[in-house]
Amino acid sequence: MLDKRINHPLHEKEGKEICFSEASLQKVEQIISRYPKGKEKSALLPLLHIAQEEFEGYLSVDVMDYVAKILNIQPIEVYEVATFYSQYYLDPVGKHVIEICRTGPCAICGGEAMQAYLEKKLSVKEGETTTDGLFTLKAVECLGACGSAPVMQINTEFYEHLTFEKIDQILDELTKKAKEAKSEKSLWKEKFF
Amino acid sequence: MERKILLKHLDVPGIRTFGVFRSTGGYRSVEHALKNMTPDEVVEEVKESGLRGRGGAGFPAGMKWSFIDRKSNKPRYLICNADESEPGTFKDRYLMEKIPHLLIEGMICSCYALGANTGYIYVRGEYKYIIGILNEAIREAYDHGFLGKNILGSNYNLDIHVHSGAGAYICGEETALIESLEGKRGNPRIKPPFPAVVGLYGCPTVVNNVETLANIGFIVNHGGSEFARYGMGKSTGTKLISACGNINNPGVYEIELGLSVREFLYDPKYCGGIKNGKELKAVIAGGSSVPILPANLILQTAAGAERLMTYESLAEGGFVSGTMLGSGGFIVYDEDACIVRNTWNLARFYHHESCGQCSPCREGTGWMENVLHRIENGHGRQKDIDLLVSIASKIEGNTICPLGDAAAWPVASAIRHFRHEFEEHVLHPERCGRNEIGKLENVES
Repeated sequence: MLDKRINHPLHEKEGKEICFSEASLQKVEQIISRYPKGKEKSALLPLLHIAQEEFEGYLSVDVMDYVAKILNIQPIEVYEVATFYSQYYLDPVGKHVIEICRTGPCAICGGEAMQAYLEKKLSVKEGETTTDGLFTLKAVECLGACGSAPVMQINTEFYEHLTFEKIDQILDELTKKAKEAKSEKSLWKEKFF
Repeated sequence: MERKILLKHLDVPGIRTFGVFRSTGGYRSVEHALKNMTPDEVVEEVKESGLRGRGGAGFPAGMKWSFIDRKSNKPRYLICNADESEPGTFKDRYLMEKIPHLLIEGMICSCYALGANTGYIYVRGEYKYIIGILNEAIREAYDHGFLGKNILGSNYNLDIHVHSGAGAYICGEETALIESLEGKRGNPRIKPPFPAVVGLYGCPTVVNNVETLANIGFIVNHGGSEFARYGMGKSTGTKLISACGNINNPGVYEIELGLSVREFLYDPKYCGGIKNGKELKAVIAGGSSVPILPANLILQTAAGAERLMTYESLAEGGFVSGTMLGSGGFIVYDEDACIVRNTWNLARFYHHESCGQCSPCREGTGWMENVLHRIENGHGRQKDIDLLVSIASKIEGNTICPLGDAAAWPVASAIRHFRHEFEEHVLHPERCGRNEIGKLENVES
């Protein structure tokens, strides 16, 4: 909801020391170079994506202040952007964020039932995170894959033509993987930028 | 005979890679334009082609280009709008995923025509894997000398970069997109000045849709007049239609403009008819923003003429009995679909996506969602229906950008054509039962 986004209370600043990894810093530099001199602020959206991926999947105030420093802009300029776009999370999320499409074309092809099934299976409501911290469920607007409705996206991966069985299979696999490799990071950033 | 421009080589294995794309005649237009044509000549060909913007509004592309401020000595920019977020629309994603070089080729010719040395592709944040595909295609184009400095020895320099959005429907509006690309909230700007004069970083800028730009290569190769031989009347060329909803063959189809709606809907080559042998109830023909039409009016105009897939035919009858070709997002509803529930769903979408800048849209979309939710859940009042019509009419035309209109039209048209369903929901809410759909125990797996 719009109201929620506007009124979202930012978390207290914790004063943590934040720094990108060497690899991310290189990406950052490369991204900033795509925009004219003096227009570095253009890199804000891509940089927030990188920051979110690197720092536990959400944007804390410390992280946003760090990004502001890199781009030499005021922290408020970062906050107003981070609160506007729905892909930036201002609260901690689970390891995997499940984004289930709730918009018209998916809804008439069974999307609503898929969301209900996910809520039941994970024992969470839309917007909540499972107690083991593995999954956060979010109902999102059109993902642009209406031809294969109902759809959901987990990280970069689209899962299409969903059925209850398919959801079982996908979640089981992710749970299994998480148990096997605790620290394995997704490789999407490599492909993304 | 079926004629294609964009997806002609779709089935060639490996068409996503530079080598294969090149072997099908790819990038020939860049050589032709840079070696044999002046930028103005390219603009003229695009004007002559009659190509209209494929993002939704259908504004002639050549005319848009001709507005660019050529007297200014500031740098010029071309932005490709790949922020496809209109519900029911997934054609750009398909095109970029399958034949990314078609877009790059079109962008090079377009940048040359506009005198731009930098181009950005603004991709919606949800399409992360598409960004990977585009970056790979761009790298290949650099490697083969089609991007970078002194392209093909012509002294013309061009860089193209991909820029990711972060989940905001409003950024599909061109001035909101520019704001977003500048690293700000996606609040649309007041026009004029138009981006062609004051756009990105205050410089002359053209924003075109993915599909529009993908057509430019063909126009440069074969001439605008050849392109205009495709299609019908002022609806020249082909159009990608993304079909979804309750049909047998959802997917992306390239059709020549002028095909009849009936053929598109029922021919096995396209949608293949309604799923499970059900009856057709309604169609939203051009993405969720355009007016919904009931079965009889989508197949025929009010005057009884066959309805065709063209800008003009779909619009015949104005908003009383017509609709728009829009972005080509073709959403089909069968007899079981609940129009009230669907309208509520879309109202929620627009409420969520309103940027909050203009009061009529910020407040009105929320009111419409609430009233529709009330009706859908059995607490509606008879006067709510007219209240909705009134809110919609007060949003329409009273906002900076067209999101207000886009939010008002689905509600107004649903009531115009399906008023009886709204009344039924108010008087006998128990009869529909479709609001139970989301409850798990009522769903067969």
